[in-house]
Amino acid sequence: MDIVTFDNVVKRYAGGKLALDRVSLSLARGEMAFLTGHSGAGKSTLMKLIGLIERPTRGRVVINGTDLARVSRRQVPRYRQRVGLIFQNYNLLFDRTVFDNVALPLVIRGQVHRDITRRVRAALDTVGLLSHEKKFPITLSGGEQQRVGIARAVVARPHLLLADEPTGNLDPELSADIMRLFTRLNETGTSIMIATHDIDLVQAMRYRRITLDHGHLEQA
Amino acid sequence: MPTASRKQGTRTRLGESAAAESAKGWAASHARCLLESLGRLSRRWIASALTILVIGIALALPSGLFVVVKNMDRLAGQWHQSVQISVYLDNDLPTEDGRQLADDLLGDERVASTRFISAAQGLDEFKKASGFGAALDALGDNPLPGVIQVTPRASLAPAAVGELVAALGQRDTVAKASLDQAWLRRLTAILDLLSRGSWVIGLLLSAAVVFIVGNTIRLDIENRRQEIEVMKLLGASDAFIRRPFLYSGLWYGLLGAFVALLVLGICRLALGGSLATLVSSYDGALAIRGLGGRGVLWLIVAGLGLGWLGCVITVNRELAAIEPR
Repeated sequence: MDIVTFDNVVKRYAGGKLALDRVSLSLARGEMAFLTGHSGAGKSTLMKLIGLIERPTRGRVVINGTDLARVSRRQVPRYRQRVGLIFQNYNLLFDRTVFDNVALPLVIRGQVHRDITRRVRAALDTVGLLSHEKKFPITLSGGEQQRVGIARAVVARPHLLLADEPTGNLDPELSADIMRLFTRLNETGTSIMIATHDIDLVQAMRYRRITLDHGHLEQA
Repeated sequence: MPTASRKQGTRTRLGESAAAESAKGWAASHARCLLESLGRLSRRWIASALTILVIGIALALPSGLFVVVKNMDRLAGQWHQSVQISVYLDNDLPTEDGRQLADDLLGDERVASTRFISAAQGLDEFKKASGFGAALDALGDNPLPGVIQVTPRASLAPAAVGELVAALGQRDTVAKASLDQAWLRRLTAILDLLSRGSWVIGLLLSAAVVFIVGNTIRLDIENRRQEIEVMKLLGASDAFIRRPFLYSGLWYGLLGAFVALLVLGICRLALGGSLATLVSSYDGALAIRGLGGRGVLWLIVAGLGLGWLGCVITVNRELAAIEPR
């Protein structure tokens, strides 16, 4: 079974703008794929539909066997707990330490302290920031902040990672670092979808590309 | 069959331990919120202190008024006890009969004590008190009647005192029984008004506390908008996001109640000197009482309740307006 399935999905915003037009695609379990296209092509909208930040106008989105149309407003938090989100601007909370930032998804799930410590350390170790756990995000570089963001996304072991322009604010070298990190996470079995307009970076890697153009899926 | 039942047993145990684990996590989450919200208050301590001070004063006002009314009530009660009924006897009643009547009245269970003042005694006292001695001598005849001063039993209600006065006035040999109680009735009415007023003021200021807390929480939510959005993106439930704000509301209420107690204490100290003078003029029979343990408890409960309420009516509406985009 695929982890992500889009079936004839249309998304028209309130203003009338057609962001996605009859998009059908799928991501296999354990697959990593890039979502590319110029800005305004509908990449962000597609990500928002998966994160249930937006709802489709028509069509069906099925994530890990769950038809998102059946997820009520009340059930959205529980659904989101199973998807790891990574943002262009990292979305870290600056009033708490790296450790507390990464621990947040586990705290939200109401896990006990002992488990939280163990899993946060493991996640920080994965992104190579274990020695920074007591620091505040503001003292870290952009690349390090994004690695904290990734650690936070994987700490609760989601079955799907969604990254929206994760390297958008980083220089090429740091971007390559982040991409290598995604590759490693994918090798441990995590399904990953990365939206990016960094074509050079994508071309250097051997993963599938899903390209959007003005809301249409471009056949490769 | 035995295998199946064993399997079922295992599943139940697993379920229980998971429930216990999640209950533990839930309790830990609450404890964390309790401390975290206090920490947050202390980090912006000037703003928090101002809010708490305003809440404290708003709570102190009705509480102070309540204390005043309570003390005045007790004072009025003591004045009720010192009430005396003057029973004016018929002018031609012989002194002996008057004295006899004073003794007879003691038989009434409503009467605590009686004092007979004969017409001659009355004239003597009046001469001394008024300084009209010479003028009164000129009258020749004593114009004053005999008087019995009746002190009703202290436990007697004001209405019963009124009945006693009426009964005394209807006796054959009594010209008139009077009780100068109008001022006391007025005082009681004023106290009643004050007591109602303290409830009205209390109600209004409670509403003020609710709005102060609500507004503070609203600003707090506005300041933490980005954080709330991130938490929603990470799958935080509304209850989870609401929790620290509810605890902030409780802290505001609790600390406000403590400030109110402090304000009341300071007022008592400030007014202590003049109160002591007043008390000593009543031969120490009048002791000023504070809120009392129960009052303190009520004030704290009121603070907590109002803080919580102010938060609840704000937080749901504000949080619903924040959705990640």
